[in-house]
Amino acid sequence: MKTAVRLQGITKRFPGVIANDNVNLTVEEGEIHAICGENGAGKSTLMKILYGMQPPDEGQIKVLGEQMDFSSPKEAIESGIGMVHQHFMLADNLSVLENVILGAEPSSGPVIDFATARTRLQELGEAYGLELDPDDPVETLEVGERQRIEIIKILYRGARILILDEPTAVLVPQEVEELFRNMRDLKAEGHTLIFIDHKLDEVLEIADTITVLRQGRSVATVKPEDVTAHDLAELMVGAELPTPEAREKTEKDQVVIEVENLSAEDEEGVTRLRNVAFQVRSGEIVGIAGVEGNGQLELVEAILGIAHVTSGAIRLHDQDISEWPVRRRREAGLGYIPEDRHRRGLLLPAPVWENGILGHQTSKRFTKGIWIDEQSSVKFADEVIERFDVRTPGPRTPVHALSGGNQQKLVVGRELATDCNPLIAAHPTRGIDVGSQAAVWEELRRARAAGLAVLLISADLHELLGLSDLLLVMLRGEIVARLDPTDVTLRELGAYMTGAAA
Amino acid sequence: MTWAATRRVVGPPFIAVALAMLVASLILVISGADAWAAFQNVLEYGTRLETLVEASNRAIPLYLSGIAFGIAMRMNLFQIGVEGQYILAAFFAAWVGAGVGTLFPPLHVAIILVTAMAAGAFWAGLAGFMKVTRNVHEVISTIMLNAIAVSGVVAYLLSRWKIESATLDTRLGDIAPSGWFPSLNPILELATREIKRVELSGFILIAALVGLVYYLFINRTRVGYDMRATGANPWAAEAGGVPPKRTIILAMLLSGAVAGLVGMADLLSDQYFYSLRFPRGLGFTGIAVALLGRNHALGVAFAAFAFGWLERASGILEVRGDAPREIVTIMTGVIILFAVIAYALAQRRARAEAAAAAAAQVTTGEGHGRGVP
Repeated sequence: MKTAVRLQGITKRFPGVIANDNVNLTVEEGEIHAICGENGAGKSTLMKILYGMQPPDEGQIKVLGEQMDFSSPKEAIESGIGMVHQHFMLADNLSVLENVILGAEPSSGPVIDFATARTRLQELGEAYGLELDPDDPVETLEVGERQRIEIIKILYRGARILILDEPTAVLVPQEVEELFRNMRDLKAEGHTLIFIDHKLDEVLEIADTITVLRQGRSVATVKPEDVTAHDLAELMVGAELPTPEAREKTEKDQVVIEVENLSAEDEEGVTRLRNVAFQVRSGEIVGIAGVEGNGQLELVEAILGIAHVTSGAIRLHDQDISEWPVRRRREAGLGYIPEDRHRRGLLLPAPVWENGILGHQTSKRFTKGIWIDEQSSVKFADEVIERFDVRTPGPRTPVHALSGGNQQKLVVGRELATDCNPLIAAHPTRGIDVGSQAAVWEELRRARAAGLAVLLISADLHELLGLSDLLLVMLRGEIVARLDPTDVTLRELGAYMTGAAA
Repeated sequence: MTWAATRRVVGPPFIAVALAMLVASLILVISGADAWAAFQNVLEYGTRLETLVEASNRAIPLYLSGIAFGIAMRMNLFQIGVEGQYILAAFFAAWVGAGVGTLFPPLHVAIILVTAMAAGAFWAGLAGFMKVTRNVHEVISTIMLNAIAVSGVVAYLLSRWKIESATLDTRLGDIAPSGWFPSLNPILELATREIKRVELSGFILIAALVGLVYYLFINRTRVGYDMRATGANPWAAEAGGVPPKRTIILAMLLSGAVAGLVGMADLLSDQYFYSLRFPRGLGFTGIAVALLGRNHALGVAFAAFAFGWLERASGILEVRGDAPREIVTIMTGVIILFAVIAYALAQRRARAEAAAAAAAQVTTGEGHGRGVP
């Protein structure tokens, strides 16, 4: 067997972070090679380097034994590498055929040669069992079918080495089976597949070889028959558990937020949350663990009041708030740190002080009658800037000028500084540096000691284990485990998260 | 505001006007006219007191139209229905105003203005209602509503309610003088000299009041904040408790109410009745005015005056035979085009400068933060 791809000593630095630190990867021709790791472990960066989207700072790329120095994806495509991105890049209003040939149209003179294209598309479809009607408009297709178009698109351009970036993240279980069948067919035809995933049961099922990345380094390359999902989870997160701080119990009896039998749908009407139930008491942090996309977003948005809840009840301070609009919930003390600060958290063109009062603009503190109290709002912004170390020239600077980490500190700071209770915190330390992370944790602990009830959603298992009083694990929209964070190993947690502990 | 920020806001329209004059000169030269003489004539005629008064009268409806568009634009609603709203509003205001006979003057005027604002708000509110209930895009609904208002409702009712007139004009009855808006000439003449033929409409005070309320409402009130937040990021605004549907309806109602006032200067200071010859097109010109004035209360005022002045002062071109007055239409088009480009460039530079300032903050660690722990 020949070596399809060999990456040696790949290092890639971004301002303040090392995304890849001396990474080595060897992919044999005709195998399915899985790349696993936590969020932020450097998987996507490594693949972008291989695909020519970013140049490495150091290291070598060899494809089929030949030294490569890609400066654009176009060059990578020419040497037979293709990539299916996590977010599809399809034109909805065009047909399947038009999408496949887009950018690589066969032509006779000035006219696109649709007949030739159609024949080739059908040949490819039959050869790999990727059946699609060339004339279907893309907007009518399911997610799985769209993914198949993306795969055909890169095969059409002559790819022999296929990179799939978290292909199963968007699929339902039946579609995953279908995808795996396609992947095996491609392998049988001699193609090489590199596949990024962090659902361990899936990786063990499909991969021939697994390389694990952790904090930008390649920590191990293993064969699936030699390891268990537990071993992989441990490799992914590192063996050492965070030192469990001497935690005093601060939780009190009174229930601040209670969710009962809650189910919710996404915009397409797909059920994303199923019969979820839990309570968060005053002075308690309840953590939600789970691979992203398993209903955490819908849970948060249901509590906030912007998701489509199909059944169940939400109680805040013993009042049923299920029918309340967002504003009434926020006025009742519900604090919210969104998982995507740019989408749900900030007004980018507006100054820092206006962002500081977003979500609290009806509070007496920031208004005088019908007017916004600018003086008091700016003072509040100064307080948040000082207490949470937001690096900004001042409270009147537009937020788009701030770095991502400083924007995040502003979003976290405005909730903690307004004495909300409870607080729904989705990834509160995402994208901020280690020092600020510790400061946010300290603020959360202090608020908890003062009686704050926190629902903490995070992809950072150390954060979850270190802060939570109770840990719930979500998988496919359901709570599949209730764990005591002082008495759980990362192996067990990883197994619950990936469904390996069924 | 700092000097740099002021320059960024005020600079682009001036650059745009200068470039537009350059283009206009080129066209004049190509068409064989004496560009220098033409500009001199326009400048001389345009600085006469009478021309300035006429330009101000023209600017009043354009200003209100620009503000009406601007209110909705603050929420990223592209409300192009001002045209239909103001014509419908003027029609009903004229009908009610004539129908009530003679009243105590302030009451009579108030009834007419409230009717106009209610009609405009109702018509714009329909578009808002369709958007929040059926997700109909406001561009589509307001275009349709324009046609329904002008060629449908108003045309039909005018044919039913018209009165016999000596001039064979298709028109409604006259509004009694108690509903007329006073001229400001006596006050203006105290400061200047006697003004012949033209009268400065007192409605300019109402327009100024609308501008002031608009500025305070959008920038200082809590509801204005909700609207601006929705315009900046509707998802974040929703998560921040802003009720999306109610805010859209409110923005459309306010926009429509101001649109209703657009025709009032002409109705109450000039014509005193509604007829087929009532001014058209003010709603669409208002879009350009709002664009040039960046939806800002003062900026729109300057833009409205600039448009009004160009339209009035250019009349001299044909009188003197210098050039066809269409040259002004070309100039306004070029001004808008250049203004859009200049604003985009200024904005890009402002963003780059702000980002650089914030980056400097991070590296030096100076300022408000307490430093890396």
